[in-house]
Amino acid sequence: MGSDAKRIWTPAVALTLLAGLALLSVALFMTVGVKGNWGFILPFRGLKIATMALVGYAIAVSTVLFHTITGNRILTPSIMGFDALFVLIQTSIAFFFGATFLTGLTPSLLFLVQTAAMTVFAGLLFSWLFRGGVRELHLMLLSGIIFGLLFRSLSSFFRRVIDPDEFLILQDTLFASFNRANPELLSVAAILVLLVSLAAWRLRNVFDVMALGRETAINLGVNHRRMVTVTLAMVTVLVSVSTALVGPVTFFGLLVANLAYMLVPSHRHILVLPGAAFLAVTCLVGGQLFLERVLSYGSALSIVIEFAGGIVFIMMIVMRGAR
Amino acid sequence: MIEVSNVTKSYGGSEVVRGVTSSLPANGVTSIIGPNGAGKSTFLSMISRLLPMSSGQVTVDGMDILTADGDAMAKKLSILRQDNHLTARLTVRDLVAFGRYPHSKGRPTSEDLAHVERSISYLGLDNLTHRFLDELSGGQRQRAFIAMVLCQDTKYVLLDEPLNNLDMKHAVAMMQLFRRAADELSKSVVLVLHDINFASCYSDLIIAMRDGKLVRQGAPAEIVTTANIQEVFDLEARVEIVEGRSIVHFYL
Repeated sequence: MGSDAKRIWTPAVALTLLAGLALLSVALFMTVGVKGNWGFILPFRGLKIATMALVGYAIAVSTVLFHTITGNRILTPSIMGFDALFVLIQTSIAFFFGATFLTGLTPSLLFLVQTAAMTVFAGLLFSWLFRGGVRELHLMLLSGIIFGLLFRSLSSFFRRVIDPDEFLILQDTLFASFNRANPELLSVAAILVLLVSLAAWRLRNVFDVMALGRETAINLGVNHRRMVTVTLAMVTVLVSVSTALVGPVTFFGLLVANLAYMLVPSHRHILVLPGAAFLAVTCLVGGQLFLERVLSYGSALSIVIEFAGGIVFIMMIVMRGAR
Repeated sequence: MIEVSNVTKSYGGSEVVRGVTSSLPANGVTSIIGPNGAGKSTFLSMISRLLPMSSGQVTVDGMDILTADGDAMAKKLSILRQDNHLTARLTVRDLVAFGRYPHSKGRPTSEDLAHVERSISYLGLDNLTHRFLDELSGGQRQRAFIAMVLCQDTKYVLLDEPLNNLDMKHAVAMMQLFRRAADELSKSVVLVLHDINFASCYSDLIIAMRDGKLVRQGAPAEIVTTANIQEVFDLEARVEIVEGRSIVHFYL
């Protein structure tokens, strides 16, 4: 990119364009192919869009913040085993209480239980590991991988010994779908996301310093240890929101976060975070639109996203190895 | 004054720094010398609160570094380590401006910006302000990081091998800059140096370490002697006085 191109492609221009794209995909999603009763279709589609926007926002913000505190751009919260824990919680409920109980529990109650469980898990894992020396974050990541594996194995064990009928119900709740939106659950999730966002807004400048790495952050007077804990708690809540609403989506965060780093020419979180969120909304809403209108529900969006994100993940690892 | 009392760092069973007690003056240039693995960097990291110590105590102007407010400490003491890897893509000015964070909290005033410009021009980075750090040479990047630390405008400036990657001209300019900061702004600059002749020519105080222990502390003229070089570095070298400075000749 030449210096002229740099001057034209400012963060403001990038954000305006990304916001425009997000708005465009939302507008198209709301209006394309509307036949008959608008009064029915608009709220129906609105609910879907609200779910997608909330999930996209939660995944984008959680991934960028996670990258900031870990000082890398490849790992995502799912590597810490959060989505695996979500699946394990649901599977064990189905296993121990029966799937009818799982479908019987109010969604928002189930969601709050899961969020609490996940926050407790992160807190425990973290304080347990934090007593160590300098490399606590790396140790934590490694432990996250191992915990993830443990949770996945436990879930698959439960699923193997579970009643086949109950397994079907369970499977239905596990796979991401934006057509299962639930207004009550959505509003509880939205409140949580709003609270986290307010906290993130207050910490926006501290995040910029955290991105410089542990030592520079400490030098500049940031309580690094406390900030890592606080940020991790925020990430936990956001990941809980997205997984509870649509199930585990591993590589989507990686995809939008890295696109945002590429497209928004700034190191400041106040610019990168909205950029990543706009990209997430565009990808989810635009992708769902494409899927519904062009492929006529030929596939689940999560599969397409995981496919693209997985390729990006592998490419990033290969390129890093080549360097 | 930085008071260091009986500071020890051990990993598992092995002690990297063993019971170092010293006091670093409130102004002047102090150089820490010693062979590889003597514990110099570990020592510097501990007194700048980057690395927890296994035992001992460090106070900076009476403030215990473990209990003092991180923010207050960041206005008093700054530290630059050897390897500074960044994941974020920053320009030179972005990086230097971060040095004002303890004062500005991310909202720089015009005074903060003036500090940034001054640091940039002190380190001769005026032509590079808009360049990204990953586009710079090792020496230019090193100077950008030093500009950030100077911009923090702290009484104590701790630098771990600041001459890394610098050519002769820039290394001399850097040492002169530290000298000026000590003389004109009465700062205390603490350096880990590998070039003993730079230490000899520019320091007020030299601390020599070996095997995790402080073995010598004193003015350059007392420390830079054939006998001390032999003891600290295990190297036979000739020491000659050139223009009133002890110069170690060890190349042949």
